[in-house]
Amino acid sequence: MSDSPVAIEGAHTAHEHPPYQRHHFETMEQQVDATGFAMWLFLLTEIMFFGGLFTAYLIYRNWYYPAFVAGSHQLAIIWGTLNTGVLISSSFTMAMGVWCAETRRKGGLVLCLVLTFLLGLVFLGIKTIEYSEKIEKHHVPGFHYSLKSFTNPDSDPEAKAYGDKPLPLDMARHTEMYFGLYFAMTGMHALHMIIGIAILAFMIVKAQAGAYTTGHITFVENFGLYWHFVDIVWIFLFPLLYLISRHG
Amino acid sequence: MSSEISSYGFEETIVRLPDQSTARIPKVNFISKEHGLLSWLLTGDHKRIAMMYLASITFFFAIGGALAGLIRLELLTPQSDLMATDTYNKVFTMHGVVMIFLFLVPSVPATLGNFLIPLMIGAKDLALPKINLLSWYLYMAAGCMVIYTMAAGGVDTGWTFTVPLSTHYLNTNVLSTGIAIFIAGFSSIFTGLNFIVTIHKMRAPGMTWFRLPLFVWAHYAASILMVLGTPVLAIALVLVILERTMGIGVFDPAKGGDPILFQHLFWFYSHPAVYIMILPGMGVISEVISTFSRKRVFGYTAVAFSSVAIAVFGFFVWEHHMFIMGVSNYSTLVFSLLTMLVAVPSAIKIFNWSFTLYKGSITFETPMLYAFGFMGLFTIGGLTGVFLGTTGTDIHLTETYFIVAHFHFVMVGGMLMAFLSGIHFWWPKMTGRMYPEKISQLAALVTFIGFNFTFFPQFILGTLGMPRRYAAYPAEFQVLNVFSTAGATILGVGYLLPILYLTWSLKYGEIAGNNPWQATGLEWQIQSPPLTENFPEIPIVDHDAYDYEWLERKHEREAVTSVR
Amino acid sequence: MDHISQVIWQFLIKWLTNFQLYPPEASKIAPQMDALYFFMVLVSLIGMTIVVLIITSFSILYSKKRHPVAVQIEGSTMLEATWTIIPLGLFLIMFVWGALIYFRVYTPPANAMNIYVVGKQWMWKAEHPGGQHEINALHIPTGRPIQLTLISQDVFHSFSIPAFRVKREAIPGRYTSVWFEATKVGTYHLFCTQYCGTNHSAMIGEIVVLTPDDYKKWLANSTSGASLAQNGEKLFASLSCGACHNGRADARGPSLAGVYGARLTLTNGQSALADEAYLREAILNPSEHVTQGFSPIMPTYQGQISEDGVISLVEYIKNLHSNDRVEQTLNTTTLLPEGEGKAAGQKASAVQTPAKQGMVKQ
Repeated sequence: MSDSPVAIEGAHTAHEHPPYQRHHFETMEQQVDATGFAMWLFLLTEIMFFGGLFTAYLIYRNWYYPAFVAGSHQLAIIWGTLNTGVLISSSFTMAMGVWCAETRRKGGLVLCLVLTFLLGLVFLGIKTIEYSEKIEKHHVPGFHYSLKSFTNPDSDPEAKAYGDKPLPLDMARHTEMYFGLYFAMTGMHALHMIIGIAILAFMIVKAQAGAYTTGHITFVENFGLYWHFVDIVWIFLFPLLYLISRHG
Repeated sequence: MSSEISSYGFEETIVRLPDQSTARIPKVNFISKEHGLLSWLLTGDHKRIAMMYLASITFFFAIGGALAGLIRLELLTPQSDLMATDTYNKVFTMHGVVMIFLFLVPSVPATLGNFLIPLMIGAKDLALPKINLLSWYLYMAAGCMVIYTMAAGGVDTGWTFTVPLSTHYLNTNVLSTGIAIFIAGFSSIFTGLNFIVTIHKMRAPGMTWFRLPLFVWAHYAASILMVLGTPVLAIALVLVILERTMGIGVFDPAKGGDPILFQHLFWFYSHPAVYIMILPGMGVISEVISTFSRKRVFGYTAVAFSSVAIAVFGFFVWEHHMFIMGVSNYSTLVFSLLTMLVAVPSAIKIFNWSFTLYKGSITFETPMLYAFGFMGLFTIGGLTGVFLGTTGTDIHLTETYFIVAHFHFVMVGGMLMAFLSGIHFWWPKMTGRMYPEKISQLAALVTFIGFNFTFFPQFILGTLGMPRRYAAYPAEFQVLNVFSTAGATILGVGYLLPILYLTWSLKYGEIAGNNPWQATGLEWQIQSPPLTENFPEIPIVDHDAYDYEWLERKHEREAVTSVR
Repeated sequence: MDHISQVIWQFLIKWLTNFQLYPPEASKIAPQMDALYFFMVLVSLIGMTIVVLIITSFSILYSKKRHPVAVQIEGSTMLEATWTIIPLGLFLIMFVWGALIYFRVYTPPANAMNIYVVGKQWMWKAEHPGGQHEINALHIPTGRPIQLTLISQDVFHSFSIPAFRVKREAIPGRYTSVWFEATKVGTYHLFCTQYCGTNHSAMIGEIVVLTPDDYKKWLANSTSGASLAQNGEKLFASLSCGACHNGRADARGPSLAGVYGARLTLTNGQSALADEAYLREAILNPSEHVTQGFSPIMPTYQGQISEDGVISLVEYIKNLHSNDRVEQTLNTTTLLPEGEGKAAGQKASAVQTPAKQGMVKQ
């Protein structure tokens, strides 16, 4: 806060700005403009952040394609597709929430935020199921990583379903790289989801108290941008990780 | 003899202070507005945050400096006899980590940039004050983690964290250091983000892009680098942490990974990082040279565009840190060529600043002395960068003391001098008090002499082949090392003096008044120290930067209309 | 003179007479690199002089006392162009000149004698083809191009010979190379210049340059028995590489006789040059380096052979011109004379665990 909490008498009545305009901005327009621009810029940094991971992924997929194929076949496509649907729906509900805030529909806004929140939890829940499957099958790098599914695909129902041929040992070892990147990329994505969901919880409480339906919707709008970004990252992750060489 | 010297005018000064018998610090200012620790720790005022940064940066500079002292002490003798080699390795690693991430990267932007950018563009604060405060807390968290690391036994990876050494072959505190730098990175990203939004969206009416002071242009360019480059460092550190804890194999040849990938990711940030460090310093130099020559900067547009050019080109040269690492010979052609291109804008600036002096009216107060020091030393440092950017000579000179000398010339002879120049220049604005001129001029001279003694011999050492990061070295290198350490002692005195007399000046310095330097920036047209809201009314700007004719007219108007 | 202590005086004399600004020029490329270096020093000196002169003269001529009123000057496109183009031109000259030297240093001639260097914490091991091993030292003759093929067993190291003006990183996972031709007899510094842990500053040694005759004498005196290729042959047999790589018509692996330097077509259609790096990769990551017409059944030896072992195998394959001796080893049950080495008694075709020679020491 620029000013002390102790109000100087008459100070606020001397200004002619809405209560949620911060004192360092000259107009509401400037504030909305600036904060929106800031959020876009922040998302740009996030792109650079994920970019490093994508670079590593692209290089190693190029070098060790058979290992990446075998690793990808280990992911349950049903969960991945479901998660993609869940996230796209949550982006829809989020966008609806922004519209509700714009049109000052408090009930609608709270509903949309709650739905987004729940869908986010569903996403995380499905990810938990997927991660625990990977843990069971010893496909977590560094923790008793097992090459059995790749050197002997018949022992593994997923690999057998694809008719995967056994990989030579040196190529099978590179599946650990695939899973390392899988966990790093989806883990980083999940971390962003968790942060988003936490902020959503905070927003639901504030929305219920009417903070976002007074015409000042910047927070909801900018959070919407963040949520859509996290969704878009998943849209890239899904085909790159789940859909390697799956046909028919 | 003294009359001859004074005929050159070295004793002249442009300082104009109010009558000390009647002058007082303005009663209402951003420091006196609120009291209590919480009013500082929970502030959104960019000026208070800048002062908090100044205190913390000075603290970490002192730690980094002490570590440097230990390095130079060890290197007095060829043997590794002052401390165990493991300890020496930790000392130089921590020196690098502290100096780069906790001092150089935030120095000018987080102190002077934070304080001045809203003032220079005519705004009441930065666009995102809470993010600004968060930036400082992240910086402090990173600093605490670094101190924890030191207390827990240090880390000895070298500040460059080369894998697989840092991932598989050391059992020191790599994790805590990685986390510390990760956090510091976000502090930097938020500062840069804040600056970009502020400069885009909060300029006062009439303040067009090409009326901005060059200090603002320099920070804008540096902020682009902060925002786009730092996240890549963050992810590189994440991968190192994952490699170290989980062994995912991304950098491990035994698992099909490539340690060169780490080098690419690391240097993709760490090269732009050096421009993050130097550009704000160059911004300071523009302001100082202009003020103490009483002239607009020669070739304003060229200097502004060269800042942006450095930022853009700076993203495309990172492989010049890897020329001998077995990368494709043809790739080195590309990166060497681009390195030559990025060297040119810096040369342009040096010449533009030199020609700003032409037909000016020059005085030699402390900020100007530091600025001259910058120009000389940065030129040497920059030229030696060309030695290294040329692939042929890089083979012989890389990984030796030539590199150490090169980056200390640009960072310490360049950046640190610019920082001191800026601190002295804006000290009256930030505190309302002047620093003592004579002792500060002495300190500037001592620093310059000490610096040259410390680091020039290192160029020769590097050419002779002495490798860097060596605790022990062949006896034939001792003499030059002794010179270097002797210089470092002098340099230490030169840095200690400002800390002492600036602190002294807080209580006993002369009252400065609004504009002791008769400078043209918007920040000099308001009281010192400024009000919390900076401007009672947002100014409307109708003149270019460095418009001394406008300043004269303003003074004439004020002389007529008011009694000061 | 009387005020200066004798000790300091002697020290100064000694230092001044031994003072060097640059290392001795002991290789063919050294004077070439020094020429560029001194050109750059000259350009830098001139540049510095110009800048210092401008600043000093303007400071004096236009000090406030002498020139109280400043003249506002916007700029000068002509000047801007000048000090953009001239520095750019000079830098581009340096770029081209430097690139030529760089390519020269890292493009070994075909007739270079190859010496392998393995860096590990914290020593250098040099392996001459004739089997001579050196630790932290390298003996070489003058007048002959020498190529170093470098690799690290653990972390990044960097092999630096300041007197030759050459330096190359030794990285884990693949070979790097550099070459030089020594011109002056003498002993010169060898440094590790990439920080590699505790004893980085102790990873130093000597490059001993001998006349060709002295070098021959040294070779003769320091042979440790088998050459690299001979050791490689033993390893080849004990790992039963010959079970597949025997040159027969029905062999499961391609013949290795004469494969070094050949252009191979791989199963994915790409073509590859079978140089040292390829051979090393084919041993450690075989399934990505399968010659066309063969199946990816070769097991990987990653983790089972040290870099020294790989080097000896590579040397062996380099010198392999016919499969006769391979055939012979397939037909025998013992490989070595009684009592020598631990491979004695191992059956050639039934080996599951590899021989200890060349094994990774954990």
